[in-house]
Amino acid sequence: MNPLERYAPLVDDEAAFFAACERPLPSVVRVNTIKAAPERARRALEHEGIEYEPVGWHDQLLRLPEATPGTNWPYFHGWLHGQEEVSAVPALVLDPQPGERIWDSCAAPGSKTTQLSAIMDDRGVVVGNDNNLGRLSSLRHNAERLGVTNLVVTNQDGRNFSFNPFEFDEFDRAIVDAPCSCEGTVRKNPTTLEEWTLEHVHSVAAVQKGILSRAVQATKPGGTVVYSTCTFAPEENEAVVDHVLETEDCEVVGFDCPLDSVSGITEWEDDSYDSSVEQTHRIYPHLNDTGGFYCAKLEVTA
Amino acid sequence: MSDEAKNVGQQFGRLPATAADREVEGRVSREAVLEFFADRFGIDPAVFEGFSFWEKGKGKIWIFAADAPSPIRVEGLGMTVLRTRQEHWKPTQSAIQRFGGHASKNVIEIGGEAAAAFARGEDQELDWDGDWGYLIAARDVGGEREPIGVGLYVYGELRSTVPKGNQESLPPLSAE
Repeated sequence: MNPLERYAPLVDDEAAFFAACERPLPSVVRVNTIKAAPERARRALEHEGIEYEPVGWHDQLLRLPEATPGTNWPYFHGWLHGQEEVSAVPALVLDPQPGERIWDSCAAPGSKTTQLSAIMDDRGVVVGNDNNLGRLSSLRHNAERLGVTNLVVTNQDGRNFSFNPFEFDEFDRAIVDAPCSCEGTVRKNPTTLEEWTLEHVHSVAAVQKGILSRAVQATKPGGTVVYSTCTFAPEENEAVVDHVLETEDCEVVGFDCPLDSVSGITEWEDDSYDSSVEQTHRIYPHLNDTGGFYCAKLEVTA
Repeated sequence: MSDEAKNVGQQFGRLPATAADREVEGRVSREAVLEFFADRFGIDPAVFEGFSFWEKGKGKIWIFAADAPSPIRVEGLGMTVLRTRQEHWKPTQSAIQRFGGHASKNVIEIGGEAAAAFARGEDQELDWDGDWGYLIAARDVGGEREPIGVGLYVYGELRSTVPKGNQESLPPLSAE
């Protein structure tokens, strides 16, 4: 059975949902504003005769219908970075400010991490952590290519991240783009679902709860924590947020999602979740012709 | 026994402000790094105000947008900027792409197939009247100079030092 069948009761238009999951994903790049203004990058693409379509909701995202994103001069200069449209959402929701200290708990391969640096004008500090040493090399490679200088790379288990290397002991904001069952990336990786098991969903959810808890603890009172996954499973989304609402000092805050989305759910199978998770956002592939995604914004209360 | 500590490979140490402030044997100073970029490429030291410089491993210099306690044990601290181990210091591809636009000398402008060959990592014969050694290879984008990478000019030849992981087969540059 297709594991995505379990979400049929959640979506408004089943046929459109399943059809979108079958289609390949459009190729999208983000303009790296550390090195080039969006206008300059667009002019350079035009000069090379590379077709692009602007993404309406964000001037730093461009769809490249014909091209391989990595084989053009603007990319070589580090002006562009291949990044799925929906994956640009959580960094914008986090809204980091130049000069702040930000924690990216699961940073590799670094699309969102380098986006955070760009939003901050490469000022302040982004601590990009990943527990997987092998994946850190792709994070480092991407950060170098994009000219990022405000990134500190650490290799810790996010669940018990230690401030030991640093002279500070709290972050202004944190982002947990958690390892997940990746159901929402089925358009990019059609084999994702072949490896799907409910046991894996539950085991990865336990890790997600641990990392999100640590992110709330490591963020100053009044600070923002954004939680995101590229999966539909409520066990990995609303249930994880519901868990930290109970165990940590934080609350859900609403935000305007720049893409069409639907509210987080409060009931799933035999479980029910805090009503405030309705202010979190589910993005289904058919709503905006993107991958699938989930995003929640939390404020630390103490 | 020297009173200067040894450089430790697995941690980052901040560069001393000047050679007189040096506490780690053989470590270059911030002043020397800024002088190198000013002397070799005409990059105004003011460009690097607000950045700190660090060494991890012998002669591998990094640039960081903020400050941190020194020494610090982390996997990365900002961006690699310079190699000082050999007699001739070598700026990194990432540093030149990020800061090379401020250069006023030892910049070789290339276009067309020469630029494409450079991006593929190839060596090529080219005329150059200036100094031998490390040059900034740059192109013109709409009237603005844009650095492509670092080349080593010797014996009438421009050797591309674009790292393997960044080399790319690109179309020849056409004039703007």
